[in-house]
Parts: sequence; C-alpha cells; structure tokens
Amino acid sequence: MPFKRYVEIGRVALVNYGKEYGRLVVIVDVIDQNRALVDAPDMVRGQMNFKRLSLTDIKIDIPRVPKKKTLISAMEAADVKNKWENSSWGRKLIVQKRRASLNDFDRFKVMLAKIKRGGAIRQELAKLKKEKAA
Amino acid sequence: MAIFRFHQYQVVGRALPTAAEEHPKIYRMKLWATNEVRAKSKFWYFLRKLKKVKKSNGQVLAINEIFERKPTKIKNYGIWLRYQSRTGYHNMYKEYRDTTLNGAVEQMYNEMASRHRVRCHCIQIIKTATIPSKLCKRESTKQFHDSKIKFPLVFKKVRPPTRKLKTTFKASRPNLFK
Repeated sequence: MPFKRYVEIGRVALVNYGKEYGRLVVIVDVIDQNRALVDAPDMVRGQMNFKRLSLTDIKIDIPRVPKKKTLISAMEAADVKNKWENSSWGRKLIVQKRRASLNDFDRFKVMLAKIKRGGAIRQELAKLKKEKAA
Repeated sequence: MAIFRFHQYQVVGRALPTAAEEHPKIYRMKLWATNEVRAKSKFWYFLRKLKKVKKSNGQVLAINEIFERKPTKIKNYGIWLRYQSRTGYHNMYKEYRDTTLNGAVEQMYNEMASRHRVRCHCIQIIKTATIPSKLCKRESTKQFHDSKIKFPLVFKKVRPPTRKLKTTFKASRPNLFK
C-alpha cells in the first residue's frame, strides 16, 4: 500500500489543530523535516508544523514560492474551492458545520423530517414484505 | 509568528568621558537575550573582555531590538558558537533552516541542550549569517534544497482538535496510515 498523498509544493492541506483550525492552506515551501511554509488567499504566509496539517488529494501547480497574486490565480485555475466542496470529505465538513449551527426550531424540523422519512421507508418495506408473502 | 524566547538586540555603549579622554570610542554589539536588561548586562560582560571598560565607568547609549526583515522567506542560517562543556571550551558551527534568525537561534539553543546537554548560559554566539544554498555544509540542510521536494507523511498522529476534547479511553483503535 504505497503512499498517495505527498507533501509537495502546491499540495492543499487542511489545518486540523490550533488557531487556524478548519482552514484550507496550500503548502508553498518546505522549511525542514517538520515544518512547511503555508499560504492561503486570506492569511499572511506563515510556517506550520506538519502535525497540524491533514493532506488532501488536491494539488495545484505553482512555482516554488509564488507571489500572492500568482497563488490566488493558480487556485482559481485549479478550482480548489469547488473541488473541495464537492469532495466527500469537504461535504462532510459542511454538513457537520450546518448541524452544529442549528437552533432549536431547526432541530424540531429535523425531527419531523426524520419521522416522515422513517414512515415512508416502513411503508415501502411493508409493501415489499406483502409482495414476498403473496 | 511564534513567541521567541530569545530576542536580538543592538546595544551601543562607550566609556564615560573623562578629562583625559573627551570622546571615547563608541562600541556596538548585536547579541541575543531574553529581555533588554539581560542584553545590557551581556553587553558589559563582553565589552569587559575586549576593552578596559566596565559598567561603572561606562554608559549604554542605545539599545534597540532587531526584528526580522523578511519573516516569510526561508533562509539557511549558519551559527558559529563557543560553548562550555564539562571538560572545556569548544567552538562549533551549526546550520539551520528557518524563516527568522530568532527562530534559528532558538533552534540552536534547544539542539545544544538536547544533543550536548549545554544550557543557554554556557553558550556564546560568535557570529550568525544567512548562507546561500551553495555554501551550506551540512547534509541535513542541503537535503531540503530541492525545488521539486516531495515526501509522504508516514505516520499520522490522530489527535483531537482541542485539548478539551481529549479523552483517556477511545472506542476504536486509531488509523495511523495516511
């Protein structure tokens, strides 16, 4: 089982610890074995330990330490935002965020929707069982 | 920007003017200390060893903290130091890759403490310089001079995103791959 996600210049990673938790950053250069220089369109370029990064499948094409404009245009060209939001990992995070931000009325609506969905499933199941028995 | 334990200061001082010497020579020194008070003390320590002047017959003219010019650029730092081991004094040259000089100096102090058991008060920094990639001597810094550097993260440590969510017991074993 070889490795598929490498630390390389242009790799998109998710920050999984610390102040920048949940942000998508691009690895712009490697400082040494434990740290990388990371950059994102809306943050100052800074160093980050690899322990705080989770690598994703997305990689963009950039030269070694690009200017901010080059980085932003490369991210637009590779369409990182849409690729992330359509990937299963990205979608799960969006759903998690939505669920965490529900208020009580929303949770009530979710409960009603779940009951309705359960009822519909049980109706179909009962129909299938009757056909089987007949 | 991380919190640095060691700050770089520029201290300028001279002997007090006397009747014999109206305009004594002014000396400037760049050194590392945890705060300004310590920086001034270090300045007199070194100046005493070089010139015939002490804090009691001298004055500090200026002390300024020196900040990193380009903290987003990765540089190779070479540090020449003199340290005291259990058996005597030795000189050493070490190389570090970092974005700031203060960060490299902090790496140096930590490495000297771990590798040689030398505490920070037994270390004197002789000289620091940014080294261009061609002139680096140590393999461990030269291996990162690759514009197409690529390596996998072999061991994934699973940890909760905040220390509040830490629990002693977990329901299942963690997945350490990838």
